[in-house]
Amino acid sequence: MKRLASVGLGLLMTATLSAAQAQEVKIGMITTLSGGGSHLGVDVRDGFQLAIERAGRDDIEVLVQDDGNRPDLARSLANEFMQRDEVDILTGIIFSNLAMAVVPAAVRQGTFYISPNAGPSDLAGRMCHENYFNAAYQNDNLHGAMGAYMREQGFEKPIIMAPNYPAGTDALAGFKHLYEGEVVDEIYTQMGQTDYAAEIAQIRASDADSLFFFLPGGMGISFMKQWDSSGIDMPVFGAAFSFDETIIKAVGSAAIGAMNTSLWAYDLDNEANHAFVEAFRETYDRMPTLYAAQGYDTANLILSALEKTHPDDQDAFREALREADFDSVRGEFRFGPNHHPIQDIYVREVVEGDDGQPTNRLVGIAVEDIQDVYHTQCEM
Amino acid sequence: MTLFIEQLFNGLQLGTMLFLMASGLTLVFGVMGLINLAHGSFYMVGAYATALATAATGSFLVGLAAGIAAAAAVGALVELIVIRRLYHRPHLDQVLATFALILIFSEGTRWLFGSSPLWLNPPALLAGSVTLPGGLRYPLFRLVIIAVGVAVAVGMYFLISRTRLGMRIRAGESDREMIGALGVDIARLYTLVFAMGAALAGLAGALVGALQSVQVGMGEPVLILAFVVIVIGGIGSIKGALYGAILVGVVDTLGRVFLPLFFRQFMPSSEAAGVGAAIAAMLIYILMAVILAFKPKGLFAANE
Repeated sequence: MKRLASVGLGLLMTATLSAAQAQEVKIGMITTLSGGGSHLGVDVRDGFQLAIERAGRDDIEVLVQDDGNRPDLARSLANEFMQRDEVDILTGIIFSNLAMAVVPAAVRQGTFYISPNAGPSDLAGRMCHENYFNAAYQNDNLHGAMGAYMREQGFEKPIIMAPNYPAGTDALAGFKHLYEGEVVDEIYTQMGQTDYAAEIAQIRASDADSLFFFLPGGMGISFMKQWDSSGIDMPVFGAAFSFDETIIKAVGSAAIGAMNTSLWAYDLDNEANHAFVEAFRETYDRMPTLYAAQGYDTANLILSALEKTHPDDQDAFREALREADFDSVRGEFRFGPNHHPIQDIYVREVVEGDDGQPTNRLVGIAVEDIQDVYHTQCEM
Repeated sequence: MTLFIEQLFNGLQLGTMLFLMASGLTLVFGVMGLINLAHGSFYMVGAYATALATAATGSFLVGLAAGIAAAAAVGALVELIVIRRLYHRPHLDQVLATFALILIFSEGTRWLFGSSPLWLNPPALLAGSVTLPGGLRYPLFRLVIIAVGVAVAVGMYFLISRTRLGMRIRAGESDREMIGALGVDIARLYTLVFAMGAALAGLAGALVGALQSVQVGMGEPVLILAFVVIVIGGIGSIKGALYGAILVGVVDTLGRVFLPLFFRQFMPSSEAAGVGAAIAAMLIYILMAVILAFKPKGLFAANE
C-alpha cells in the first residue's frame, strides 16, 4: 500500500514537472451556454476564440465549460479547472451572482481571473484583488452613462424601472448617480416577470417625459412587445444589455427608436474594430454583439500580457496586464487603480437596417473616460 | 382614475386567463379526485404548437386551432397512459407522478426546441391599441383575451347546466361510484374531461404566448396562481374558479401599482418602491390565507 502511494506520488510529481517544462498556457473559460441568457455566453466564447485563432498561438489551450447559469455549478467547474487542469487564467463568467460565487476564492488561490462581462460593485470596491481584472465594465457604467446622456438631452422627468434583485437596484442607483436630478418614479418588477401590463399602466398614468429601463434577456423582450402595443408615445432608453443584436431582432420593429448606451458599437470607426467585425462575420456568419466584442478584447488583453511573460511569474504578468497594451475594438482602453476599465461609453440608436431588420447605429459619446465610483473603496 | 380603470382591465385580463387554467384543474379534481401538477405543461404545449403552426402557415387562427388540438391530444394521451393508473392512488402518489410529468415535458421540449424562446406575435389585425369610451387607450389583444375568457365561461355554464355531458360531469362530482353503476362509461368520461381541461390550458397558453414569449417552463408560474385560484374558489367548483380567478387577477394587478404608492405616503420613494414590490408579490397569498381562515373550504366549496 505504501509502495503504491509513493509510486502515485512519483507519477504526480513527474506530471507537474512536465507541465511546468512545456511553458504552455492554459485558460479555463466558465460561461453560460445553456438556459436563459445563453446567447451572451456563446458570443463571449466565440469572440474570445476568434482572437486566440487570429493570434495563431498554438501554445495556448482554451478549455470551455458551460455553467448553465448556476452558481454552484460554476464554482465546482472553477475548482476542477484549478485543481485538475491547473489552468493559469480563468475567464468567461456572464452573470454577477456567479462571478461572486467563483472569483473571490479563485484569485485568493493565486489564479488570475479576467472578467469578460460581469462587474459587480463588490469586486470593484471592497473585495477587489490584485489578480482580478475586468476587461468589460463595472456594472454601473452603462446605466450611469445613460443617466448623464438623458440629463444632457434635456429630459427632466424620467421614470425608471428594473427587476427587484441586486443588479437591478445597482442599475437604478447607477443611473441616479450620474443623472443627478429627481426621477418621477422608480418601479421594481419581479425577477423573471413576463406580464408588464400593470407597470405600463403606471407609466402611462405618470407625467414622465421618458422611460429608462433595465430588463436583461427575455424580460426585456416581453416588455418591449407589450410596450409597443400599448400605444404610449414616450422615448425609451436603456443599457445595451436590453438592446443587443439578438434581442432587437426578436423584438422586431417595436425596438426602433430606442436609445441605448454601450461600451462598443459595430460601426465604431477604428482599425481594430473593422478587423474584428469583418473576421467575426466571416467566421460565424452573424453580427457580433457587445458580448462578442468583450470576449475578443479579453482575449487580446491576455495575449498582450503573454507576449511579455508567462503567468507563472505572477508579478510580471500582473504588471503586463495592468499596462493593457493592446488595440481594443472600443478605441481607448486603460485600467483604473482597481483593475476596472476607464473608457468612453457610447450612445446607440436602434434603427431599421438595410435588410429591414432593426439594428444599432452609433450616435455619439455619452460620457468620456467613465470610471466607477467604487475604486475609492479598493485597497490593493 | 384612468390608471385605476386600466388596472381593472388588466386585472380582468389576468383573471380570465387564470380562469381558463383553473377551470380545467378544478374540473379534473372535482370529477376524478386527481391533483394534476402537469396542467402547466399543457399550457406550454398549447403555446409551442401555436407558435410552430403559426410560423408554418402564417395564420394565427390556424395556429390557435392547432395549439388547442395539440393540447387536447396530449392531454388525452397522458390520461390514457399515466393518469388512468393514479385515480385510486393517494394524493401524494398523484403529486409525485404528475411532478415527474412536468420534468419530462420541460426537458423534452428543451431537447426538441432548445432553450431560447420561440416568437409568436398576435395577428396584425389585433395588434396595437384602441381608444375606449372615456379616452383610455388599451391594447386590443388584451381585450380579445378578456372576450375569449368570458365566452369560455358562458360556454362552460351552458355545457355543465344544459347538456347531457354536463349532467354526467355533475353526477361524477357528487357520486362517482353511482354513475358507474348506472351504466355511464366512466373511463371515457374521464378521458374527455381531462382532454377538455388540457385544451383550455392550451388555449390560455397560446393567447398568453402571443402576448409574452413562448418558452420552456412558462406554465409553472401560472400553475401556482391557478392553484391559488381553485383553493380560494373552493376545490371542484367551476363557479368558484371564475370568481377566484377574477379576484386573484384584480388583487394582484392593483397591488403591484398601488402598494408602492401607498408606502410612499410615509417612506422615501426608492424604499417604498422596493417594499411595495415585495409585498405586492405576496399579496395574493395573504388574500388566500385570510379567505381560508374564514372559509376553510374556499368561497364556493363543491359537495356541500
